[in-house]
Amino acid sequence: MSPAKQASGGWTNPLRDPQDRRLPRIAGPCGMVLFGVTGDLSRKKVMPAIYDLANRGLLPPGFSLVGFARRDWADQDFAQIVHDAVKANARTEFREEVWEQLSEGLRFVPGNFDDDEAFDTLRRTVEELDQQRGTDGNHAFYLAIPPAFFGDVVGQLREHGLADSGTDAWRRVVVEKPFGHDLESAQALNQVLDDVFPPGSIFRIDHYLGKETVQNILAMRFANTLFEPIWNANYVDHVQITMAEDVGIGGRAGYYDGIGAARDVIQNHLLQLLALVAMEEPTAFDAEALRIEKQKVLSSVVLPSRLDLATARGQYAPGWSGGVQVPGFLDEEGIDPHSTTESYAAVKLNIENRRWAGVPFYLRTGKRLGRRVTEVAIVFKRAPHLPFSPLSTEELTSNALVIRVQPDEGMTLRFGSKVPGTQMEIRDVNMDFAYGGSFTETSPEAYERLILDMLLGDPPLFPRHQEVELSWRILDPVLDFWARQDEEGRTPPEPYPSGSWGPASADEMLARDGRAWRRP
Amino acid sequence: MIELTDTTSSAIAAEFVRARTRAGSPAMGMVMTLVVVASEDECEKAMAVAQQASHEHPARVLVVVIGPARGRSAVHARVGTGSGWSGETALIRLEGEVSKHPESVVLPLLLPDSPVAVWWAGSPPESPADDPLGALAQRRITDTATVTRGRTKAVHAQCSAYTRGDTDLSWTRTTPWRALLAAALDQHHLTVTSASVTAERYSPSADLLAAWLADRLKVEVTRSSSSGPGITEAVLESKEGPIRISRPDGRLATYSSPGHPDRPTALKRRDLPELLAEELRHLDEDDVYAATTAWVAKHGVPGGKTAPASKPPATRSTRSTRPTKKAAGPKPKRGRS
Repeated sequence: MSPAKQASGGWTNPLRDPQDRRLPRIAGPCGMVLFGVTGDLSRKKVMPAIYDLANRGLLPPGFSLVGFARRDWADQDFAQIVHDAVKANARTEFREEVWEQLSEGLRFVPGNFDDDEAFDTLRRTVEELDQQRGTDGNHAFYLAIPPAFFGDVVGQLREHGLADSGTDAWRRVVVEKPFGHDLESAQALNQVLDDVFPPGSIFRIDHYLGKETVQNILAMRFANTLFEPIWNANYVDHVQITMAEDVGIGGRAGYYDGIGAARDVIQNHLLQLLALVAMEEPTAFDAEALRIEKQKVLSSVVLPSRLDLATARGQYAPGWSGGVQVPGFLDEEGIDPHSTTESYAAVKLNIENRRWAGVPFYLRTGKRLGRRVTEVAIVFKRAPHLPFSPLSTEELTSNALVIRVQPDEGMTLRFGSKVPGTQMEIRDVNMDFAYGGSFTETSPEAYERLILDMLLGDPPLFPRHQEVELSWRILDPVLDFWARQDEEGRTPPEPYPSGSWGPASADEMLARDGRAWRRP
Repeated sequence: MIELTDTTSSAIAAEFVRARTRAGSPAMGMVMTLVVVASEDECEKAMAVAQQASHEHPARVLVVVIGPARGRSAVHARVGTGSGWSGETALIRLEGEVSKHPESVVLPLLLPDSPVAVWWAGSPPESPADDPLGALAQRRITDTATVTRGRTKAVHAQCSAYTRGDTDLSWTRTTPWRALLAAALDQHHLTVTSASVTAERYSPSADLLAAWLADRLKVEVTRSSSSGPGITEAVLESKEGPIRISRPDGRLATYSSPGHPDRPTALKRRDLPELLAEELRHLDEDDVYAATTAWVAKHGVPGGKTAPASKPPATRSTRSTRPTKKAAGPKPKRGRS
């Protein structure tokens, strides 16, 4: 045990100065245990993010990564997997000395999730790392595995004394979405984690919250005077939040069938975006203050009473998408041809508070849509009076502020401008702020930010279980309504052509309110 | 790239607008103006470095080559927008009388409202803030490591001339070291009794690192010489044992601390574009640098004289710098306790 531990109370590091903004926050001594090393998530996101962090000098010397999987591998085989994943997917350049630093801390433990012996080995490995690498008993358990196994794994962690850090050290658990498939299962899942880890040690990753543009929503709203005065029902007509993908479900049929677009995307990403756009100003930019505000706004969200008029769902039909012929949702391999799982979902939500009363929030997400895009569009009311002739403003629509989350991160402001010429003619123009242009390359990938925050124990960007449960509370009635329709054999998910912007029923849903979806 | 001979600032500005329109996007995504002062030999390399650094901070890069003041007054420029990057560049050569008034050429070309940084790619002026171009900028970036004449006094002179907004790339180079040392103390709450920094004989970075340690820790800091490259070792001594970071190859360091096994840590020497990009990230005053320069101005460079006999058991003894004259000459290393 290091002598450091004796003098923890009241110690201030003389080399640290809050004014010294050049010094990055480097995580203290620690290691990570990764479950599910063979999955896409691990190889495409987690492993490269760890390398990128090491490359930027943000991991502590001695950082160790233990892989756990049902594979007959030695440490070197695992190192090879990590090496390949890093080479293929890392954001920063591959440097031999960084790899040297990282590879010394790679270990592998083979085993099943119900294998007591494997978890014993894991405990010994972790203890050895504390000795050999100085990880000081601080370990994070990253569960990149299906949620059905969470219970087994955290149970084993407790059983084998891995969840217990002792004093002066920490153990954390990291889980990815889906956080359940409805309120009840989310609560059950949370119970499972809660039994073993204290709430402050559970980190739920919603990678959208790690994105620079999403964090910039808060900066934009609360650091400027320009936007806040018009950020309310007096000026805003409605809000559209879109997350569109141009790909189909690909190889994820097993996961996707029975889950669908609403559970996969609306429950977490879109409702989190809604919360950030609609919430009141937090008292501080810390986890607790943000959580309070997000929770407040999420509990003010209500569904319209007629769900048949306020929701839409669809399945992509075979067709041409971006010049490629693609199969329909029901023809995808692994999908039940009679499946009623939706690949497109749209809902209208109201927020019942003074700021937003009467301003509907339209949320939509889908696969095989026109292009890959995530954006939040604040659409403003028309000017109450136009001193121009109706002819000259024919081409003028509503002003809009669009926060482009991905790709092409940035913001667009749409407003009317005179068309050059001798006549008074006014037309919409766009003004762009390209995040990509102005703060380019170092924009860290979301996973880097989130993993670093987790190792530092800094939680503002992680949704707490209350938010997860509130989101399910909002979505559950919609899911129930759709399930009832399925049982009664009425209005199944409406097919929409691949590569289009969704089913006609979604367009009708807005048309009833006298509005239309933006083409993102 | 468009060549403009015998031109003026307004012609250069007009060319910027034309170039943007030609590129199809008249919008500006630039966040600052970076003025680079370079000599004829350095200017191409400096332009490349500035362009690379401005990938992270899209900038209008104005490279100013100040020619001889003799002969007819003339301004020549080469204007272009970068391909594959959203900034703009102009290489501006001044000849004759106008080379005494470079600020008159640069001022009309500064982007409205946004910050201005100036970087001297070669030897810095004695007092950057009083330089006519330096006076236009919020951020004045020098690099004392490039000094070729009067090296013995260079660090002290640089620190004595410090004005709000000054910064030096030799200070930037210490960031990874400082980060690791600070992180080391985050982990080991030790009371440091003394410290040492070992580096090449002429290494302003090592001097500043040592001064920073002396200022923050209030202990005696020894500065020893090695054959480099750059800084090769930093040690914090304590009763429990030393925290030692040694990097003999400029690439991979070994990190040792009491009660822990030695661990390798990547600690690569960084290239100019990276250093410059770090400088451009923060454009407000660097208080820690200000405190460090104040320390040097007051106490001199740590280990900056051969005088005291209490030498550390260093690789090579610390006869690093020998100021011969210099009025405000650095005093021997002295820990403030």
